[in-house]
Amino acid sequence: MSSPADATAHDAHEHPSYVQHHFDTASQQYDTAKLGMWVFIATEILMFGGLFVAYALMKAREPNVFIAGHHYLNKEMGALNTVVLLFSSLTAALAVRSSQLGKRNETSAWLVTTILCACVFLVVKYFEYSHKIEEGLLPGRYFGHPFFDMSAAPAFHEALPSQANMFFGLYFIMTGLHGLHVVIGMGILSWVLLRNIRGEFSAEYFTAVDLGALYWHLVDLVWIYLFPLLYLIG
Amino acid sequence: MSTIDEATLNTNYLTATKGWKSWAFTLDHKRIGLMYLVFVLAAFLAGGIFALLVRTELMSHGPTIVSGPTYNKLFTLHGAIMVFLFIIPSIPASLGNFILPIQLGAKDVAFPKLNLLSFYVYLCGATLTLLSIAHGSVDTGWTFYTPYSLQDPEAATKVLYMTCGVFVLGFSSILTGLNFLVSIHKLRAPGLTWTRLPLFIWGMYATSIMQVLATPVLAITLLMLVFERVFGLGIFDPKLGGDPILFQHFFWFYSHPAVYIMIVPGMAVVSELFATFSRRVIFGYFAVAMSSLGLALLGFIVWAHHMFTSGMSEFANMLFSALTFLVAIPSGVKVFNWTATLYKGSISFAPPMLYALAFLFLFTIGGLTGLFLGTLNTDIHLHDTYFVVAHFHYVMMGGTVIGFIGGLLYWWPKMTGKMYHFGGATVGAWLTFIGFNVTFLTQFVLGSRGMPRRYYDYLPEFESLHRVSTIGSYILASGLFTTAAVLIHSLAKGRAAGRNPWGSVALEWKTQTPPVFQNFEQTPIITKGPYDYHLASDEELVEDLYAPSAAE
Repeated sequence: MSSPADATAHDAHEHPSYVQHHFDTASQQYDTAKLGMWVFIATEILMFGGLFVAYALMKAREPNVFIAGHHYLNKEMGALNTVVLLFSSLTAALAVRSSQLGKRNETSAWLVTTILCACVFLVVKYFEYSHKIEEGLLPGRYFGHPFFDMSAAPAFHEALPSQANMFFGLYFIMTGLHGLHVVIGMGILSWVLLRNIRGEFSAEYFTAVDLGALYWHLVDLVWIYLFPLLYLIG
Repeated sequence: MSTIDEATLNTNYLTATKGWKSWAFTLDHKRIGLMYLVFVLAAFLAGGIFALLVRTELMSHGPTIVSGPTYNKLFTLHGAIMVFLFIIPSIPASLGNFILPIQLGAKDVAFPKLNLLSFYVYLCGATLTLLSIAHGSVDTGWTFYTPYSLQDPEAATKVLYMTCGVFVLGFSSILTGLNFLVSIHKLRAPGLTWTRLPLFIWGMYATSIMQVLATPVLAITLLMLVFERVFGLGIFDPKLGGDPILFQHFFWFYSHPAVYIMIVPGMAVVSELFATFSRRVIFGYFAVAMSSLGLALLGFIVWAHHMFTSGMSEFANMLFSALTFLVAIPSGVKVFNWTATLYKGSISFAPPMLYALAFLFLFTIGGLTGLFLGTLNTDIHLHDTYFVVAHFHYVMMGGTVIGFIGGLLYWWPKMTGKMYHFGGATVGAWLTFIGFNVTFLTQFVLGSRGMPRRYYDYLPEFESLHRVSTIGSYILASGLFTTAAVLIHSLAKGRAAGRNPWGSVALEWKTQTPPVFQNFEQTPIITKGPYDYHLASDEELVEDLYAPSAAE
């Protein structure tokens, strides 16, 4: 909130270059950006919330389908990814901390670590996905048909309940949408890294590092719910 | 922004910078608001033409101008364009974008780049939505109910285009809401406390909350619908073990708040109009402000009253019916307080005020007929009839659109610097009001006698009322075109408007007309409420309808 004390300082040209014209003070700009990110995170949670509701309803209706389906997910890989993402959240927080202290190189190092963790996550996800595709554990009408060959269906799919395709559909939508957020998060963090290397941040101005990390924590948080709901329901 | 010098910042925003790039890449909320206004009005025109085609088809019993399938496409396009391309962005993105930062005493919205992005996202969404016409046009109604929207294999592309378009439009709406929410929290001028905020801002605040919290659910719903179409997921399609009622729940979880995303801005505008043209503080200011928030809250817990005949449990029906009645409380608070504001006010009947009074009348009818539909046993009789059509047109058109035009006429001189012809605008207002009532009062009667909605033909005994309704729609259109002509004429021939044409004490009238690039030459310091006419000096209340330089 702008306090009356800021009132006299309306001439933008006396401010540091990073304060945009329509803000009175650097702290007002920082608070504004942070609130904006929190509101954006609220929209993200509501969006994933829709998927969680669909998941909950379908699971309540067909518990057997979900339990039978989840045996085909790779728990070890899921657990590995959980550890990787949790660790990356820590490194993201450390990046913010070192940025607040004005340690530019340290910030870069933590940001690089975070981005590498994201890469590891995606590589593991790639192996999981390709496995599913090879086995024909695909959404909806593509279920049971490896490499989209609609004529050949491996026998073990017959052991699964008839609606298992719906479980794998939800699996792909939920993890896919989350994966998309990982990719976007990598983009944001890379952009933050680039600006950090250029020397745009200081102990006074580190807004983008802070917001990038905040977004990354959301990506992490969503996965923390996805992992047990999809992999650990047996 | 730092490249713009002080002199430019303090010149008229319309002429401060030149060239098409200065518009296409502008970060100025006023220019973005104007660009939004142009496209929103274009969508209104398109949606209106579809409405006239629908009404013309219904003029006579039997086939008239189009076939049944074409008729289904026409009413779908009318609904989808009016809801997603016109009404939802209308007041917030055009008038709100222009006025909200000025009323805050701010130089811009919190995130000017996001604001521009929101505009281009809107254009992309609009293009995608309209591309569905090129692929044969959707005939599902604007609700895309499953399983119908999933059945026809030939309809796949067009349904996908339109759902993707609406999905993208949702992002534009979210960005506007996010921007406003943060601006209201963080960019208020010194001294502008929460209880000194204009009620327009309070309305925008409530609207933004709903936009930010409800629209993401629509996004995920449409995404699931797209996946259902492409992959045959089995969530919504009963043939695959899915649940079509689940789609309806998801859809209305967004679309009921969306109804309030549409009406609350209309209420926000007329609150300003009643104060200015009665020259009185709004009666029960705080109650009116809180009732906007109350509507935002209730908007999230009444969605299933659209589904009383869908086959929900008895208990759910009763619960949602009971909750729906609560909506009458904040609505009643507003209507009561506006009426009380008029009492002993110094009322002037300038054209914007005519729209405010029309709003009061029409919204009251729309709101009260809503109670018929919230009541379980009457809803069973009235569901999917013209009674429902008339009810929501009284709220959406009689409320929001009338509020939008009132606000447009109110802020027009500030936005364009031109004053329009009062006589013409008054004629337009009366034609609109009369035409609207002739069109839709008859539909209440039609509906209660059993005329179902969305049908392109009807039994012979409904013909006379349908004909009256169609003639009413022509009168309504003539009123709207008259108003449009008056406004366009003012751009070409209108006299330059003064700084404060209506003698209002609100903040936006204290800056130049049209405002300077950075809104105020110096950040204003607020010491009074927005409607404190009793504290105003005589010179603040002078109505300088025309700029002093005009021939006088």
